[in-house]
Amino acid sequence: MRYFLRFVLIILIICPRSALATWAFNMPVGVTNTSQDIYGLHMTIFYICVAIAIVVFGVMFWSIFHHRKSKGAQAAQFHGSVLVEIIWTIIPIVILVVMAIPATKTLIDMYDTAESDIDIQITGYQWKWHYKYIGEDIDFFSSLSTPQDEIHNKTTKNPNYLLEVDNALVLPINKKIRFLFTSNDVIHAWWVPDLAVKKDAIPGFINESWTRINKTGTYRGQCAELCGMHHGFMPVVVQAVTEAEYESWLQQQKTAKLAELASVQKEWGMDELMTTGAIVYQTNCAACHQAKGQGMPPIFPALSGSAIALGDVAEHINIVVNGRQGTAMAAYGKQLSAVEIAAVITYERNSWDNKTGDIVTPADIQSVIDN
Amino acid sequence: MYEQTETADHHGPAKGLMRWVLTTNHKDIGTLYLIFSLIMFFIGGTMAFVIRAELFQPGLQLVMPEFFNQMTTMHGLIMIFGAVMPAFVGLANWQIPLMIGAPDMALPRLNNWSFWILPFAFSMLLYTLFMEGGAPNFGWTAYAPLSTTYAPPSVTFFIFAVHMMGISSIMGAINVIVTIFNMRAPGMGLMQMPMFVWTWLITAFLLIAVMPVLAAVVTMMLMDIHFGTSFFNAAGGGDPVLYQHVFWFFAHPEVYIMVLPAFGVVSQIIPAFSRKPLFGYTSMVYATAAIAIMSFVVWAHHMFTVGMPLAGELFFMYSTMLIAIPTGVKIFNWVGTMFKGSMTFETPMLFSVAFIVLFTIGGLSGIMLAIAPADFQYQDTYFVVAHFHYVLVPGSVFGIFAAVYYWLPKWCGRMYNEPMGQLHFWLSIIGVNLTFFPMHFVGLAGMPRRIPDYALQFADFNMVTSIGAFLFGATQLLFVYNVIKTIRSGEKAQQKPWEGAEGLEWTVPSPAPYHTFTRPPAGS
Repeated sequence: MRYFLRFVLIILIICPRSALATWAFNMPVGVTNTSQDIYGLHMTIFYICVAIAIVVFGVMFWSIFHHRKSKGAQAAQFHGSVLVEIIWTIIPIVILVVMAIPATKTLIDMYDTAESDIDIQITGYQWKWHYKYIGEDIDFFSSLSTPQDEIHNKTTKNPNYLLEVDNALVLPINKKIRFLFTSNDVIHAWWVPDLAVKKDAIPGFINESWTRINKTGTYRGQCAELCGMHHGFMPVVVQAVTEAEYESWLQQQKTAKLAELASVQKEWGMDELMTTGAIVYQTNCAACHQAKGQGMPPIFPALSGSAIALGDVAEHINIVVNGRQGTAMAAYGKQLSAVEIAAVITYERNSWDNKTGDIVTPADIQSVIDN
Repeated sequence: MYEQTETADHHGPAKGLMRWVLTTNHKDIGTLYLIFSLIMFFIGGTMAFVIRAELFQPGLQLVMPEFFNQMTTMHGLIMIFGAVMPAFVGLANWQIPLMIGAPDMALPRLNNWSFWILPFAFSMLLYTLFMEGGAPNFGWTAYAPLSTTYAPPSVTFFIFAVHMMGISSIMGAINVIVTIFNMRAPGMGLMQMPMFVWTWLITAFLLIAVMPVLAAVVTMMLMDIHFGTSFFNAAGGGDPVLYQHVFWFFAHPEVYIMVLPAFGVVSQIIPAFSRKPLFGYTSMVYATAAIAIMSFVVWAHHMFTVGMPLAGELFFMYSTMLIAIPTGVKIFNWVGTMFKGSMTFETPMLFSVAFIVLFTIGGLSGIMLAIAPADFQYQDTYFVVAHFHYVLVPGSVFGIFAAVYYWLPKWCGRMYNEPMGQLHFWLSIIGVNLTFFPMHFVGLAGMPRRIPDYALQFADFNMVTSIGAFLFGATQLLFVYNVIKTIRSGEKAQQKPWEGAEGLEWTVPSPAPYHTFTRPPAGS
């Protein structure tokens, strides 16, 4: 025991302080009143538990050191005491009541979703999030933007490895924001530790939660409920901005949406489609079909040299737009824009070993979706 | 006093392999259960090794996410249903008749059958690893619809295997109850039974109550998958959350099924090595019963983020906190037993003391998890993984080790190697804490469970955890070596190798003859 303590002490001295500082080891205090309440509750309960542990283990180890046979201890023969039993039943009850009171207060506050300023519908998909700003006609998907090469250790990992997305959820500070959670497929859970919001997103049901962010910044979290293969790869990123910035962001989104609608009708060249397609492929397809289109047979077929990517264009479009029943292939018609689908199909038909020269235009896709 | 006069008239064990296939002897069946659970412990441990090797560093190195999910699922299923539960049934088979002075279990043929179902159930479960689409990959909790609509085809084999395990457990439990109620030695009233027998009696009632619930919920899955029902499919009028309610109604008592017999083991060993009677026997019995009864009304504390109404959250928070009271009573009683004793620290005692300390740590993090608002931050993180491994590994598994070291001299008539046993203990306790303590930190810092890859700020603690896990895993080979060496060439054990041990099992010779208590022992 003495050697062990000495060992721990040496380790503590040797370890540079700066190295220890990077080891995150406690719950974040967070940037909402709720998260700060929860942090306070967590620390209070933790200290109570430490105190209980010190008392119980203290008595026990004192006894272990003093009441040993090797020290000539004679065993007493008492085997019970009603008074002692009553005391150590009552004391925990009192401690538990002390814990329950602040916990109940915080919980009641967390359940008060009334009178929100902004409502956001959050839908879980395998494996990305969909955000819809209710009443604003803005909605978009948010998927992992960490390159596959970083995941497969081919390049250095960036500081936000696995906690970065293409489109962050932008929210204003100092507004009561109500979240409505649901899912398109399996159960997911939306979680941002700094907001202390975690709620299951359940297919066919809607859950509620709320937040009011006190500080601008970027807050990162992850899906918390096992939702299949890429459960570990669907992060949540919240960008908290001032109200003025939020308003201008809204305007920008609306303008971008109009531009996108117009772009469906525009004439698209091969180069443009290939560039856009590469980005779309990387975000949506590469996790299963892999960066070089080689797939992971037998579950995820290769696209490079595949009968579908080299065959009938209409069938290729049909699979991407409507998915394939009974497999992991989702229906992207609901998830991607016509431009994106056109671009990614063009990309798939003209990359790796595939050299069809086919150009699929957004207008082609739009006509399939409209029918 | 028991006398060993009639063995000569009785036949000994049959020869060859058929002895083990056809046996109805409680000692043989106990041995079979223990060997089976040891094999499963190593198979489940190998899966844990794969998990920890992948998590050694950020990035995907060894396995793909698909296979990683199969490993977490199978590790959980095998450790729970294959390692811990059969080990305790094995201990029950060996010890309950010896401790209550019965010649055998009450239903010997049922006993044979309940064991021999298990190898088939687990062969089928393990076989799914080689099926197209892979083994079950939806977590041992098998939440719908991930485990129904989105499951690999092997889910049907998983369901069948679970049914077989359930049948085995229910038959085992019936056998324990019938034996304890009908075959106690003359003069042994219920309140004179050893604590191990008491905890197993209560565990057996829990098993009978909840295994059918598990069977029901997996049958509902089966119907959803193959027969077009929609129990858990919202599109057909069902509710995915129903699955979780029914599942946890089974799985919360299941947690106590895995730990109550360990309570019993520790309640035998602490008095023996403190040379002092168990403190508060009556309150121990009532506390165990209270834990078992309360375990039926706390299940939804596993579901605080599922969107329950406020009243539900409050009810399950309060009821869960209440369980701390009887659990606390048990811990205080063990400490009270040690207090003013005359203690020695052989391997069984070391494992029992470690059980009390580390199980208490798991219990205290359990109180933290019970606080519903804080649970919104803990739920589905490594904090939960740390919590339940603290109650299951240094809890249940250390309880099993303690029991094996304590009773092995009685089973095989030879003493294990004490220094090697103590080395096994110290390496295990370092390994366990190195593995599971850092999990608290990464969990609080925001690392979700069941992910094959993680953000960079979790890297350091994950590496520590993996190193601890490799140490813990490798240490268990020492245990196997020690046990085999003991059986082959250990020193001869006395009839009662432990100075302070009490109970009928120490009144028969070591090794315990093939048939014991063919005449009931005289009233105690």
